[in-house]
Amino acid sequence: MSTMDSDKVNNIAHLARINIDATKLPEYANSLSNILHLVQQMDSLDTEGVTPMAHPLDVMQPLRSDAITEKDFSAALRKFAPRLEADLFLVPQVIE
Amino acid sequence: MLHTYSLAELSQGLEKGDFTSVALTQHYLERIKQHQEMLNCYISVCEESALAQAAAADTTRARGAATPLTGIPIAQKDLLCTAGVKTSCGSKMLDNFIAPYDAAVIERCNAAGMVMLGKTNMDEFAMGSSNENSFHGPVMNPWDIERVPGGSSGGSAAAVAARLTPCATGTDTGGSIRQPAALTGITGLKPTYGRISRYGLIAYASSLDQAGPMTQTAEDAALLLNILAGHDPRDSTCMSNPVPDYQATLNQSIKGLTIGIPEEYFTAELNSQIGDTLQVAIKELQKLGANIKPIRLPNTHLGVPVYYVIAPAEASSNLSRYDGVRYGYRCENPKDLLDLYKRTRAEGFGEEVKRRILIGTYVLSAGYYDAYYIKAQKIRRLIRNDFIEAFKEVDVILGPTSPTTAFKLGEKTTDPISMYLSDIYTINVNLAGLPGLSLPAGFVDGLPVGMQLIGKDFDEATLLKVAHQYQQVSHWHREIPNMFKGAK
Amino acid sequence: MEWEAVIGLEVHAQLATQTKIFSGAATAYGAAPNTQACAVDLGLPGVLPVLNAECVRMAIKFGLSTQSTIAPRSIFARKNYFYPDLPKGYQISQYEHPIVYNGYLDVLLEDDTLKRVGITRAHLEEDAGKSLHESFYNMTGLDFNRAGTALLEIVSEPDLRSAKEAVAYLKALHALVTCLNICDGNMQEGSFRCDANVSVRPKGESRLGTRTETKNVNSFRFVERAINYEIERQIQILESGGSIRQETRLFDSVKNETRPMRSKEEANDYRYFPDPDLLPVMIQQEQIDQVRETMPELPWEKQQRFQQSYGLSRYDANVLTSSQALSDYYEITLQHAGGDAKLVANWVMGDVSAFLNKHGLSIEECPVTALQLAKLLQRILDNTISGKIAKTLFEAMWAGEGDVDTLIEKKGLKQVTDNQAILAIIQQVIQESPQQLADYQAGKERLFGYFVGQVMQKTQGKANPQQVNDLLKKALSK
Repeated sequence: MSTMDSDKVNNIAHLARINIDATKLPEYANSLSNILHLVQQMDSLDTEGVTPMAHPLDVMQPLRSDAITEKDFSAALRKFAPRLEADLFLVPQVIE
Repeated sequence: MLHTYSLAELSQGLEKGDFTSVALTQHYLERIKQHQEMLNCYISVCEESALAQAAAADTTRARGAATPLTGIPIAQKDLLCTAGVKTSCGSKMLDNFIAPYDAAVIERCNAAGMVMLGKTNMDEFAMGSSNENSFHGPVMNPWDIERVPGGSSGGSAAAVAARLTPCATGTDTGGSIRQPAALTGITGLKPTYGRISRYGLIAYASSLDQAGPMTQTAEDAALLLNILAGHDPRDSTCMSNPVPDYQATLNQSIKGLTIGIPEEYFTAELNSQIGDTLQVAIKELQKLGANIKPIRLPNTHLGVPVYYVIAPAEASSNLSRYDGVRYGYRCENPKDLLDLYKRTRAEGFGEEVKRRILIGTYVLSAGYYDAYYIKAQKIRRLIRNDFIEAFKEVDVILGPTSPTTAFKLGEKTTDPISMYLSDIYTINVNLAGLPGLSLPAGFVDGLPVGMQLIGKDFDEATLLKVAHQYQQVSHWHREIPNMFKGAK
Repeated sequence: MEWEAVIGLEVHAQLATQTKIFSGAATAYGAAPNTQACAVDLGLPGVLPVLNAECVRMAIKFGLSTQSTIAPRSIFARKNYFYPDLPKGYQISQYEHPIVYNGYLDVLLEDDTLKRVGITRAHLEEDAGKSLHESFYNMTGLDFNRAGTALLEIVSEPDLRSAKEAVAYLKALHALVTCLNICDGNMQEGSFRCDANVSVRPKGESRLGTRTETKNVNSFRFVERAINYEIERQIQILESGGSIRQETRLFDSVKNETRPMRSKEEANDYRYFPDPDLLPVMIQQEQIDQVRETMPELPWEKQQRFQQSYGLSRYDANVLTSSQALSDYYEITLQHAGGDAKLVANWVMGDVSAFLNKHGLSIEECPVTALQLAKLLQRILDNTISGKIAKTLFEAMWAGEGDVDTLIEKKGLKQVTDNQAILAIIQQVIQESPQQLADYQAGKERLFGYFVGQVMQKTQGKANPQQVNDLLKKALSK
């Protein structure tokens, strides 16, 4: 299968929205390649016909009744919001 | 010597009026003050609120309304949200985060009248096996402060081992309760997936994460599990299976019980002295009447590879919410939106967390999903099937918790893979969703050895019973590192 | 070259639940910013989604009404991408295993033909928050009240061939979801939103052309305009030798054009995977049967009933059943006006609709209530006023000048009740109609109506019809 190079790391890091310094890309490429190498041991096993298991529990989703249980939470926001004005969270301008 | 008491003993002492919760809490707060600097096992210590909780507990007890754990101190892992107390999850990203709600685990401890001493150190977002990935610095192993306590619940493990709390909570995604319990000589239980509510538990890998007790003894773990287990409608994956009284069955004999010993858990990867130590423990269990049966878990070796697809995949998505917009760390002066995201996440997360986010992002990305993620899920089923097959013939599976005893600080930090392999015996239990317990089984070169018991779905009672019976004929769980024995 | 447009619509219908799809926060529209966003909606650490039962029930309702398959097992997946209005960095949606799939909707087109439009799938997902770009310099404000509101995304097959067909389908779908009471259908508030996938190809070609997706078209009119613009744009590009870029575009209703969305320029890799916080949604036949029992009369069933019971044309019946509110208005009016379905239909589709269009109001906002209209039509039917007078009265009622009877009195349209005055007119009519009188007296009793009509005409409809009847009978029998 595949190994990592700096370009790939750069693309994934963009997808994950993490800045990675160009000088550190080779180091990441190396450690991620090692992890992939470990992971690729999976290829030794034939899994034809096996149903993937998403969850250890083979049970169904419980349902909640459609009743309001949450109260106005906005006072709490002011305590932890990095930037709030007029009760709106602010981010650098979004261009649609 | 209050700190040498187990929970059961403390409960009796409080009930008899030998000491008050306030006195007990003060005793532990003093010990924390004395030793915290050396061990770094707490991120937050809640002196004021702890004493207030203790006073309230004493009042409750005077009213005759106490439960067995009322007034008993506990340390909570810093990824359980606590209203009014910082929940950093060992990360710079959340170092300023105070949740407006309590995790279900915290609520249940509060409801039982327990006293929260503080929040314990941990690997950032529970990613690590040595507690060296914490924004708050590493935790030292009380048995040898040049060694790691294991991780990710390293702070909780060290705090219990050094008797800086009578008990603690941990969370376990791939071994994060059991491995540090083994490395610090305490008892740690990862319950069945779905046994304890994950509400308010900051997610690492949602299909694997489970909270559990970290205590001196199996009996203590049973007492704590009694209050932690149970249904919670706020967690869709929390099951409503009945909760037995885990203490009630501890004294039942294990005569006739069949314990399976997986061939794959005793191979060259295992430190031979640990292997020898476990053989001695197995003989003890035989003396107690248990049958020993060799078994096979053929896909054991694929657990770590499968885990390092599934856990990072879920983590990469779970940790996307840390973006500097609504709470938590935000980079200075972002020049645009992309810069806000990328710099916040680059500066707020540590190296190992970034590494796992990147791997997780990669294995889920277009073109790789089937080869990695689906493949891993298929093998996950085969791993669970191995256990189900084995449990047709045995009641409990026994093996090592960790391939080595506590390793030196810095020994594995440069090689993530060697660190990942610390969890080879614990990871499969999470993948299968089963309960697993680690208990002290002896020492190698002065360092604790952990023995792991794995049970059937929701059969924590049998694990606790076997562990308790073993602890009736062994003294390893009573050992306290010299430095922390204390004069009082 | 002759071109053919191929259109498929993706409709996001906000489900009319009290609370969010995965949290117990309220969904009411228009609340103060971030007052209806709870910890789950804001993506705070540690909190978890739990599925709202009502959303499942509503999806089943939709599935039943569109002859769809209702999945016995459906899966919630995470769609991962970063956007400030998306609190968790992923949207909980359904991907490989939607709750409803493989259905259809029969749509009546303008030429009175029925077109069957395939419904590929309908899946449950959560809505995002709202970005406010106007209020802050160089910054965007975020309100997460809408975050977590339940959506049913309804994806049609690319079966539509013109903007008009697309609008007809969209109207039929709108009528359906409002009739099912699963969506309030308010397009201004964004409860019913449409993205249009448009491509063109040479007529006769079976392969599909490259498509664009136009987002944010929030009225039937805009859908028609956006699609027509997009068809024209694509044909022009292709005819001048260019090629279409697969992209997401935004409709600008002011400039009346579509343009590429900058935020969607880079190809997304959504990294879908099953949400580990949620388990498979299992639906048993029993539950489907229970929901089936609660199904209301569907628009096309109502349309048939309107045709059969009221003798309306298919076109009229279709228009009157296009929304629950409209059909209710019609039926209440009809019930209280007493008979004459066609008269009521003409009024509702004529004057009432014309006034609503002129003032940009919906039928729910009509200032003349169904009961008031019924009273007006009663006065026509009991011959108190003529249809012509009724039209002037309707205008006055619209303006809030009072109810029918008050207005009749105030405007001097009050019927004549003076026996002598009516008798005088009757005498005049009899004198002017010797032939009819002779015929009537010879046994042609049907001619009675003629005399009534003449008298009413001469009194400009103001004579009391009962009185006219009585007096005429006496006069004619002399």
